[in-house]
Amino acid sequence: MATLLIPTALRAFAGGQPELDLDGSTAGEVIAALALKHPEIKEHLYEESGKLRSFINVYVGDENVKKLQGLDTPVKESDSVMLVPAIAGGRKWD
Amino acid sequence: MGLIDEGRLESLSHEEIARYSRHLLLPEIGLEGQKRIKASKVLIVGTGGLGAPLALYLAAAGVGTIGVVDFDFVEASNLQRQIIHGVRDIGRPKTASARDKIRSINPGVKVVEHNVALTSSNALQIISQYDVVADGTDNYQTRYLVNDACVLLGKPNVYGSIFQFEGQASVFYSKEGPCYRCLYPAPPPPGLVPSCAEGGVMGVLPGIVGTIQAGEVIKLISGESLKGTLVGRLLLFDQWRMKFRELKLDKDPDCPICGKNPTIHELIDYEQFCGLKPETQEILYETIEPLELKARLDAGETLQIIDIREPHEKAIAKFPGAKSMPLGQVKRRSSEFDPSIDTVFICKIGTRSVFAIRALRETGYDGKIFNLADGINGWARDVDKSLPRY
Ligand SMILES: [Zn+2]
Repeated sequence: MATLLIPTALRAFAGGQPELDLDGSTAGEVIAALALKHPEIKEHLYEESGKLRSFINVYVGDENVKKLQGLDTPVKESDSVMLVPAIAGGRKWD
Repeated sequence: MGLIDEGRLESLSHEEIARYSRHLLLPEIGLEGQKRIKASKVLIVGTGGLGAPLALYLAAAGVGTIGVVDFDFVEASNLQRQIIHGVRDIGRPKTASARDKIRSINPGVKVVEHNVALTSSNALQIISQYDVVADGTDNYQTRYLVNDACVLLGKPNVYGSIFQFEGQASVFYSKEGPCYRCLYPAPPPPGLVPSCAEGGVMGVLPGIVGTIQAGEVIKLISGESLKGTLVGRLLLFDQWRMKFRELKLDKDPDCPICGKNPTIHELIDYEQFCGLKPETQEILYETIEPLELKARLDAGETLQIIDIREPHEKAIAKFPGAKSMPLGQVKRRSSEFDPSIDTVFICKIGTRSVFAIRALRETGYDGKIFNLADGINGWARDVDKSLPRY
């Protein structure tokens, strides 16, 4: 169990929630619990191969899980897991 | 060692000493720091929401040369946040409007207008003339372009980015820390995350983030070290919940441009890199122009018109006879579509609907699908002028 912080860009696919307490003993499990609870967010988080999309960084506390044990980084109840996607403000793309 | 070479410093006039006295009183800036600010050349990429406060504060602070890059013209919908432009500037090039405002704040600043789109063919030439780049762009192609050009030229890139009511800021300086690619090796596929033009943005948000960028620029050019700057840190700001967070950023040894064995040695095709080239996208749908759709409806044809906008957007402008199905529900409700009838998807400007179409296609739907060009804004422009555009 840990708190998952959901960025604005993904909230629309998570029932508008900015944060959720979710089950899981690793960062990856907590994120998977979000996808289970809100299936419409799944394709925004994962590639078809099931890999987390590369424009989303995962932080536990203030540390990128890349520097820890990746999605296997253990989390406890007091930890917050944060999704940090790339954002680019402004005009439409085309 | 500061960024600005001692040999470039000139003395300050009495007028300048009076004007910048509040900087001179700060031991962290002082006379030497203000001379460095005066000698410095800063390029602001984009004169929109982030570029506006950047340009205003850098002008007020006495940055000697300010370059502004933008190819766009001022529109009414810009004025909610792009405070460097006013009602009288509507229709003018943004760089011209920014130049006038900078000059009225501080005639001592030399303004260089780059009234062009920054591209792989001009970016190195433009950026090489400056000491620091402040990235106020609004799209992934230009962000990766600015990042890569700054890494290749060894320039610090003061980064800011916004979405709805959330912002990010950092200083990417690959000589001393990570670059944008260390954090985000690749952009999201087009359509996966809505842009601000579709998702909206709180007007003061770019004001806050752009002002943070301006502060970082001034620290970089006036100071002797990078201490205290956002090099190696990512600042996150949530305006709605009024929270700042700070995350650690590390250089990625495998970064394709600033890592140990870089594979990128020159600027690339950023449209293609960001998946915006038509040949890299599957054919999922055909585009229908608003007038063409009107003609088909007038002819009495039966069409499934699906409006994928959120309920609060429909309160602004309704599409007559459209079935409402917010983007997030399309997959779940795919059985409501009849593949024997042509379907037309509608959103605000015709980009978010592509994502809805992709979601429907992924369920195996093989009926004919059209995407309304420019969305309901296009419809309001060409067909029903009684509707507002937003
Ligand atoms: Zn890098």
